[in-house]
Amino acid sequence: MLNLKNINLSFGPFAISNINLKLSKGDYFVLLGPSGAGKSVILELIAGILTPQSGQVFLNEQDITKNKIQDRSIGLVFQDFAIFPHLNVEQNIAYPLKIKRWPKERIRSRVEELAKQMDIFHLLNRRTLLLSGGEKQRVALARTLALSPDLLLLDEPLASLDIQLKKELRSQLRKLHRQGQTIIHVTHDFEEALLLADKVAIFNQGEIIQQGLKEDVFAQPRSEFVAHFIGVKNYFEVTNMEENSVEVAGKLNLVCKNQTHSSQKPYALMIHSGDIQLRKSKTIAANIENTFLGTIIEIYPAFRGFELVIDIGLSLVVNISQKQFFQLDLCEGDYIECFIAPENIQRISQPIKQKD
Amino acid sequence: MGPLVGMLLDTPTSDLFDAAKEKEVQDSIWLTLSASFLGTLFFAIAAIPFAYILARKQFFLKRFISGIIDIPVVIPHSAAGIALLGFISRDSLLGKAAGTMGFSLVGHPAGIAMAMAFVSLPYLINAARDGFEAVPVRLEKAALNLGASSFKMFFSISLPLAWRSILSGLIMMFARGMSEFGAVIIIAYHPMTTPVMIFERFGAFGLKYAQPVALIFIAISLLIFIFLRWLSGKHTHA
Repeated sequence: MLNLKNINLSFGPFAISNINLKLSKGDYFVLLGPSGAGKSVILELIAGILTPQSGQVFLNEQDITKNKIQDRSIGLVFQDFAIFPHLNVEQNIAYPLKIKRWPKERIRSRVEELAKQMDIFHLLNRRTLLLSGGEKQRVALARTLALSPDLLLLDEPLASLDIQLKKELRSQLRKLHRQGQTIIHVTHDFEEALLLADKVAIFNQGEIIQQGLKEDVFAQPRSEFVAHFIGVKNYFEVTNMEENSVEVAGKLNLVCKNQTHSSQKPYALMIHSGDIQLRKSKTIAANIENTFLGTIIEIYPAFRGFELVIDIGLSLVVNISQKQFFQLDLCEGDYIECFIAPENIQRISQPIKQKD
Repeated sequence: MGPLVGMLLDTPTSDLFDAAKEKEVQDSIWLTLSASFLGTLFFAIAAIPFAYILARKQFFLKRFISGIIDIPVVIPHSAAGIALLGFISRDSLLGKAAGTMGFSLVGHPAGIAMAMAFVSLPYLINAARDGFEAVPVRLEKAALNLGASSFKMFFSISLPLAWRSILSGLIMMFARGMSEFGAVIIIAYHPMTTPVMIFERFGAFGLKYAQPVALIFIAISLLIFIFLRWLSGKHTHA
């Protein structure tokens, strides 16, 4: 459906390097990366607002690299919605249809159809300056969908919305996806990728670091940056490996259970912060595998309980429930025993060089 | 305000009415207003797209061109008139073109309109450029993405959104143009615009004779200015 081949673009100190992306029809693709990484530039390259210095953009097997913006059938919803302030909601949605010289009656029925679909029918005569962020987002979506683009590009669509509006718009986007709309969604929030995507790419400093099916990328982050970006807090590089145990960060030995991918040499280990058991103690019995004595460095309130940063030779992030936190009566500076069950240690196979 | 109030108190009402009834005065006011209005409209057709190019495009010598736009405002207007005279005299390319159509730009209302526009065009260009610069580029990109051509985008997005500044520039250009004296007198002593007539009456007959015309012209200028400002405010708040 969409194929980006070796796209390069640089302006000033900023550069997009060797971007390769492949999407099939109906994919929901999330491009995940920190702010300022160049994600929006990728969208503008696909939409035709920017032209790559080298590389090609294919849409439905056609090379559209040099096609005009207007001739691409690609709709882009900008991060700040780009609602035309001098037009009301109805005129905004009708804008692309008027450009295409649709008959008046057909424009009206299409605008009403989209307004109903986006739940903004009651706002049609409203001036856009009076709309909330969520309403503006829906107007921008309706306007972009008016001409039924082959590909919908969303630039941080949920970034400026509150939790309730995010939930509503996510559901709207899921509905669109179910209807077969191919979507590329750019965000810095891994939860959006987790909740919406079927494919993801992790993007940083103008390069794609890892891409693939969401499940694969989230299960096998191939670098510490990717791991941290998708919400993994305990990601340690393997420095040495023996038959059933591994040394991480040159400091700790951990016993692991064989898992999938175990045929390959592990490159790193991942431990979910909720999978670590704690016991208040100043000493530990010798020879208990995967048990470490540590000091609590920091305590933060978390969504359901608390997050602790514990120094066990390296920093370990542990999430515990409120109930457990108060039972253990924890304070910063306390000694604590941490147990990591071997089955909760996930082995990350060797990083594989990206294929074009 | 002092000199204006002083002049108002110093001028008998009967003199004002007498001056207002004079055909020569009426013709001159009409000439001044129409030349400035038509000059503003005519030159705006090129000045507004030019201001858009200055606001949006990068090109060789852009800074130099941006700098010389203001020159007609800062140089003595009589000097501006002399410069323009060389440009539109019978021997110039433009003068010859006008000659083939059977008239001379020097001493013609068209030449007066050009003199007025020459010294007042920077007000429009600067205001329009500021207006276009204030239009978010994202809105223009969105219009292109929604299928608009660059031409359509300009007329449906950039121009309406910059309209407030452009209208303000048009008003300033018109107002500045109709009050122009220095450049106009070089191009055309006759037919006489009102500022030239005020000067002529003052030189030939003295202060008392020039005051009624001056007062009438100031009143008309103020009324038009207030009306246009009201119109622009009404338009932008609609």
